[in-house]
Amino acid sequence: MTGAVAGVQRGASRPIHRLAGEPPERPRPSPTVDLESLDELWIQVSGTVCNLRCRHCFISCSPDNHSFWFMTRAQVREVLEDSRSLGVKEYYYTGGEPFMNRELEGILEDTMALGPATVLTNATLIPPRRARRLAEIASASIYSLELRVSLDGVTPEDNDAIRGEGTHARCVEGIRRLVEVGFLPIITAMRSWPEDETDRVLADFREDLARVGYDRARIKILPPIRIGEEANRTRGYDETERVTHEMLHGYDLGQLLCTRARLVTAAGVYACPILLGYPSAHLAPTLRRAAALPATLAESACYTCYVSGAICSNIAPSAGADR
Amino acid sequence: MGGRAARPSRPGGIAPPEEIVDRTAGPGDAWLPGPWAGEREPALGAVAVFGGVYSNHIALRAAIADAKARGADQALCLGDLGAFGPHPDRTAELLREHRVPVVRGNYDDSVARGLPDCQCGYTDARDNRFAALSYEYTLSRTSLTHRQWMARFPPRLRFRLGPARVLAFHGSPRRMNEFLWETTTPTHFLEAMAERYRADVLVGTHTGLHWSRSIPGKGCYINVGALGRPANDGRTEVWYAILRAGPDGSIDHEFVPLAYDHEALAAEMAAESLPPEFIETIRTGWWTTCLEVLPAKERARGAF
Repeated sequence: MTGAVAGVQRGASRPIHRLAGEPPERPRPSPTVDLESLDELWIQVSGTVCNLRCRHCFISCSPDNHSFWFMTRAQVREVLEDSRSLGVKEYYYTGGEPFMNRELEGILEDTMALGPATVLTNATLIPPRRARRLAEIASASIYSLELRVSLDGVTPEDNDAIRGEGTHARCVEGIRRLVEVGFLPIITAMRSWPEDETDRVLADFREDLARVGYDRARIKILPPIRIGEEANRTRGYDETERVTHEMLHGYDLGQLLCTRARLVTAAGVYACPILLGYPSAHLAPTLRRAAALPATLAESACYTCYVSGAICSNIAPSAGADR
Repeated sequence: MGGRAARPSRPGGIAPPEEIVDRTAGPGDAWLPGPWAGEREPALGAVAVFGGVYSNHIALRAAIADAKARGADQALCLGDLGAFGPHPDRTAELLREHRVPVVRGNYDDSVARGLPDCQCGYTDARDNRFAALSYEYTLSRTSLTHRQWMARFPPRLRFRLGPARVLAFHGSPRRMNEFLWETTTPTHFLEAMAERYRADVLVGTHTGLHWSRSIPGKGCYINVGALGRPANDGRTEVWYAILRAGPDGSIDHEFVPLAYDHEALAAEMAAESLPPEFIETIRTGWWTTCLEVLPAKERARGAF
């Protein structure tokens, strides 16, 4: 994808030396990028409400974080209706924990009549009845229903240190139930280990998941996003970790999620699911208006997206533009 | 072929009505050239469409014969001539010998320009390892002449079948390497593509799995599958499609399962030291690599 970079003046030159008497240089505004096409619609269906309190959560969700509230089925229906004429390809449900929203199953039914849906879940709220119901919803549709399950360590020690006491066992039980009814959940783990250990960790994950009957595990490793709780757990971004105008020259903008997605919440539309609550990423009250506005790469977290490439999607966009 | 849509260069080509040139062709689109080499132009009633060939020259030869036997007036190939199989030049030679027009696939684009990878869009480390092996093999064994030929493939091809406007491409009308899987492509998305690219029938490949869907009030999308490897269904046949103009202005399409000497291909692949995982796919009909890009339902239908 080779879209225009709104706000970047290609070829604009800057003096190497500032002449005496010249006014001091003002900081340049952050680069902005247009929405190329609204391929992914993210929906903050449970706001910031979660049954867990993970130590790496980049939006600091918890049982008592009510900054963003649930979306109702009626609200989501309106968004879905708008999405058709905007040509949306995929629908992603996130939170918080989406299954905290009691209307989620109905919302998924509405969605799956239109297109493929993905739910990002911790899988701790999936009793057998719900697993069966999800399987029914999936088989009634021509589209795929993806369950993306967060598990942040192969062992209870590694996972529970991040996600909380007893969460490994509960999550693995949720995975077992999903697999039992025919799902192939995408196991998502934030890389909390040194990069060169990834192959070993993946092998351990596969071995561990096979023990609960998941013998062809799909696993997605995410880089740490150093905002929210994660900034406290490890470190935040340093000053050099920002996207600058210069960095966008020759860069494949399709790698940035905000050129292909928007996040709808109960309180307005944001540029992407990572920057929930950031004023710089809040675009407009409605999807249609937000789709017409560029996104500003003002936050340090944009740097992770820039380096790693649209990490939030199930499948990252193909590198290489249509030439 | 860049810039404005070109008129057919050879006599006997399919002359597009004037208004299509002005109103429906986009930048970089080309018109389908003439019919099968050596034949006079018949009324274009049936077109065979081949998806990714992936160097499966044995299946390609069988497909050309099969399509002629089934009464196809013309054939076209939607790109990705190389990858996976042996002796990439043999596929190119066959297509050139039979003057089959080819739309640019991501593999052809990479090979033509000597890019560092195949632009297949895999994100999994194991998938990428196999993709790199395959690309390195193909790139080093494709002659310069064929690479120069590939560089001229258009990104899209247009033709008429009866009154229907057909747009052929590799991945999607808008992007050469976009996957359009059956279970992750909403009908309203196809509708938007048909509208934006002014076509009634959209024909693509890239995923390797054949499927189709009608677009209400418009026409249809057809993914012709691939000649290069089986459809991850436990069968050794590979697939292509024949499009026919229906009597009432509609388009009929038929997916054709093609049996070919897959054991001969497997033997050639072994002799070329291609990965045993690839050979297993040819022999069993189940995909063993490049699986992580599959959506849930497509993945669940396979064995791995």
